[in-house]
Amino acid sequence: MERVAARAAANGELTFDLGQRTVRDLNQFLHHDLPDSGVRHVEVLHPGGRHAIAAGVNHPVDIDVRGHGGYYLAGMNKFATVTVHGNVGWGVAENMMSGVVRVKGFASESAGASGHGGTLIIEGDASLRCGISMKGIDIVVGGSIGNYSAFMAQAGHLLVCGDAGHALGDSLYEAVIYVRGRIRSLGADARIEEMTDVDHAKVRELLDRAGFAGEPEEFKRVASARQLYHWNADANQEY
Amino acid sequence: MNKPVDDRPATEHPAHFSLEESWGYDRKVLDYIRSAAAHGLYEIRGLGAKRHVPHFDDLVFLAGSASRYPLEGYREKCHTRTVLGTRYARKPIELDIPITFAGMSFGSLSARVKEALGRAATELGTSTTTGDGGMTREERESSRTLVYQCLPSRYGFNPDDLRKADAIEVVIGQGAKPGGGGMLLGQKINPRVAGMRTLPEGIDQRSACRHPDWTGPDDLAIKIEELREITDWEKPIYVKIGATRTYNDVKLAVHSGADVVVVDGMQGGTAATQTVFIEHVGIPTLAALRQAVEALEEMDMRGKVQLVVSGGIRTGADVAKALALGADAVSIGQGALMALGCNNDTFFQDGEHRDATGDYARIQTAPGFCHHCHTGRCPVGITTQDEVLETRLDPLVGARHLRNYFKTMNMELTTVARACGKSNVHHLEREDLVALTIEAAAMAKVPLAGTHWIPGVNGL
Repeated sequence: MERVAARAAANGELTFDLGQRTVRDLNQFLHHDLPDSGVRHVEVLHPGGRHAIAAGVNHPVDIDVRGHGGYYLAGMNKFATVTVHGNVGWGVAENMMSGVVRVKGFASESAGASGHGGTLIIEGDASLRCGISMKGIDIVVGGSIGNYSAFMAQAGHLLVCGDAGHALGDSLYEAVIYVRGRIRSLGADARIEEMTDVDHAKVRELLDRAGFAGEPEEFKRVASARQLYHWNADANQEY
Repeated sequence: MNKPVDDRPATEHPAHFSLEESWGYDRKVLDYIRSAAAHGLYEIRGLGAKRHVPHFDDLVFLAGSASRYPLEGYREKCHTRTVLGTRYARKPIELDIPITFAGMSFGSLSARVKEALGRAATELGTSTTTGDGGMTREERESSRTLVYQCLPSRYGFNPDDLRKADAIEVVIGQGAKPGGGGMLLGQKINPRVAGMRTLPEGIDQRSACRHPDWTGPDDLAIKIEELREITDWEKPIYVKIGATRTYNDVKLAVHSGADVVVVDGMQGGTAATQTVFIEHVGIPTLAALRQAVEALEEMDMRGKVQLVVSGGIRTGADVAKALALGADAVSIGQGALMALGCNNDTFFQDGEHRDATGDYARIQTAPGFCHHCHTGRCPVGITTQDEVLETRLDPLVGARHLRNYFKTMNMELTTVARACGKSNVHHLEREDLVALTIEAAAMAKVPLAGTHWIPGVNGL
């Protein structure tokens, strides 16, 4: 491992072939050897849908995953910029703290779940529960998102260029959702609100960050009505 | 002295009143119905089940005699060292005693209490556990061995604290409220708590009851793999379940790759939950423990996956019985709070005991009956975020009481173990126990005292 890293340091590039090496080798390198290796860019080949690829990275580095990833790709990421040239399974960038994770393809369930910070960009669609329990992360989806997305979302932004499924933003706290297309239904305590200048600026900034085309005027704002913030005997008990 | 003349008609003498209380509608139920009718909202309270359920008190030990050889109670060694997490973790947890502190959140408890727990645990050579709301600096600095919970809410959950932890506990459920998420009412969401949880101050906070990024046991296996990858396969991964279908749940936790399974019975406490949950959901610790042990035995995992049991463990006898039934360690929450002064009529401040009964009355309760952790107005400064009330608990004094309590239990444990002829508390076995009631015999699968009868196993 050390020899590989040392050799790679000359040009700051390192290639990790998961057809030959294990995810554990990769993650151990990223956690321990990377900071002093001089490596600034890691290519991951033949990911083969393996789980927890590049999970727990704690260092600024560019990582390109050439293929499909399994569950929890870039889980709990800090500082790194990870690009997946394929699709990903559940929980991509779950609990991310900072950095950027970009998925060129589609993402399965719970993309960006409980993310505290950083940016998650999904160029295709994201499945159910996208942005569930998000706590400050910004998520930008080029396509559509599935049902129950942004459930109990606490902080951050979820921008959707396509459509949103049922029960969008159920039990929302302070996260804000922007949707360009159709919303099949809103969840409990979520409501559509007027777009303000602040919202227009935020949408513009998120679209630019993701490199997506679009105009802020095309988007709707969904936020919490804050009616569930306190126990209320008269609230609809079926919520 | 002349007695006052009772000139009431004979029919008005109390002896003639018809005062038969209804079993189904006794004063407790009447009070429940009146309260429901008045408020239209269920009761939320703290601590655990108050009703009687079969428990460790319904078991007794068969100590050494002619047929077994006891060890001398004070002079012969009896080991209590306990190792948890030997299955996959590169750095298992090594404890001096098999009694640990259960997960309790900063938010439900003050930072001073978390510090007291950490200090006591470190002095005792045991572990303490974070809770819903993240890891505080106070508890990390004061705890030698700290278990970091990964809860459905993921409040304050982050990779830096994950790497600082000594073990990770994936919490699926809690004995007081299996299937329910946590609650923290607005009066306890002060700026620090709100900040750690990324929530607005003062809201009535509901924690999720399901994890955001996995659902079934096959997903959990992958989640555990991710946590191991992030922490380089160093730290033991515990899986904590609230006791319901314990036999199946323990098997699934083992299947998912747990190093340690924590089973929390229905007597386990909570900072705030609906009373209907506390009293009516889940099974007793006694039944859950036996089911958990059977599940591990059937998978040939006894000793490979360690079992921690919690929920109403109060005494050294409880600990000894839990170990004899097959637990590797126990975990204590409510007992620890009581050692700190929970339900005391005084608190100790500036060198003297001060009366707290007025403050109990202000939250409409009294010492000995208080379960008002949810109010945040704890009269003895334990379950509060109020900056005046929290000073009623001095972390150093609290740590001393916790240490004394745990030391006492550990001494009782070794005393019983020696009497049963064991030089290691982990050698206590089910064969050392009999039951005083048919219910306990059936749940624990030990014979009814004085018989060979184990209901459901032999005879009937």
